[in-house]
Amino acid sequence: MTVEQNMTEQQRADFIKRRRNRSIAIGIALAVLVAIFYAITIAKVGPDVLVRDL
Amino acid sequence: MAYADDTNQTSSVHMGGRVEDYLELLKPRVMQLVVFTAFVGMLVAPGGINPVIGFIAILCIAIGGGASGALNMWYEADIDAKMSRTLNRPIPSGRVTREDTLLLGLTLAGFSVATLGLATNWLAAGLLAFTIFFYAVVYTMWLKRSTPQNIVIGGAAGAFPPMIGWAAVTGTISLDAVILFMIIFLWTPPHFWALALYKKGDYEAAGIPMLPNVAGERATQNQIVIYTVLLTIAGFGPVLTGLVGWFYGVPATALGVVFSALAIRLRFAEGVEMKRRARVLFTYSLLYLFVLFVALLADVGLIRWFGVF
Repeated sequence: MTVEQNMTEQQRADFIKRRRNRSIAIGIALAVLVAIFYAITIAKVGPDVLVRDL
Repeated sequence: MAYADDTNQTSSVHMGGRVEDYLELLKPRVMQLVVFTAFVGMLVAPGGINPVIGFIAILCIAIGGGASGALNMWYEADIDAKMSRTLNRPIPSGRVTREDTLLLGLTLAGFSVATLGLATNWLAAGLLAFTIFFYAVVYTMWLKRSTPQNIVIGGAAGAFPPMIGWAAVTGTISLDAVILFMIIFLWTPPHFWALALYKKGDYEAAGIPMLPNVAGERATQNQIVIYTVLLTIAGFGPVLTGLVGWFYGVPATALGVVFSALAIRLRFAEGVEMKRRARVLFTYSLLYLFVLFVALLADVGLIRWFGVF
């Protein structure tokens, strides 16, 4: 989605604010996903995560 | 997809929706019920689950439910625009595009199923995938607009969460899991038909064949009584299998008897009084399911932690 040329200043500001909020929300969702996968790994493998055959 | 180029869209659509609009697409109120029933299914299942894994599993089931909500709204935008109850949803009110909604639904569906599979097991993940497919495709696209039994079949989708919670813990589906499924499955028709009885005009305007419009009010009232009685019996099921004892059995019976009595009272009413009783039944149905599941949880808790009953 691009900032359209024919937007008024007000609309442009609103558009940028919404885009920014959406970006933040996606960022949070990705961070939560990372945390979830980390938590799954630790919960499933536990301290054995450091024990491995070389 | 051609929708983004469709005309009559307001400027707000071109700006993309607000974060709250996207969250609304996940049907947060339906999600509450999904989370609650999945949570109970998980806790009453034999054997334990790592609390972290349990929390993640509930989250996945909730997001999966949200994904099916979004897919439902993507497909139903046309009829949502015709009913007062759904007119203000994000797509008909022009806050979010259909294209965005479809992408959101598919993305969340994929991630929730994959994550649930990795965190617990693939039976639970498969059930979640099937639930999303069942709600979005079998119910929304196929049955809702073609048969007055739409609610009965659509109710199956809502009945899966406790079974998924159960499967996440045990890796299997036992008779008890099927009974939990049956309770919500049988609960859904009287719940929605009560709503349809006092919102009849809405569904008619949208062209959805709800039972009261197609078969008439009397037939609907009869069906409500039948399902409510069956539900009362199914509600006693967990006692018969030995999953729970009397601490659940007594309230379950009382709740079921009251539910049946209200359904029978509705059966013998007409006009305005009928609508009033339908509204009472609808409200009671929500209370019924909530208290029933709390009693289930309390009974299992008593047996497990104190060894009583």
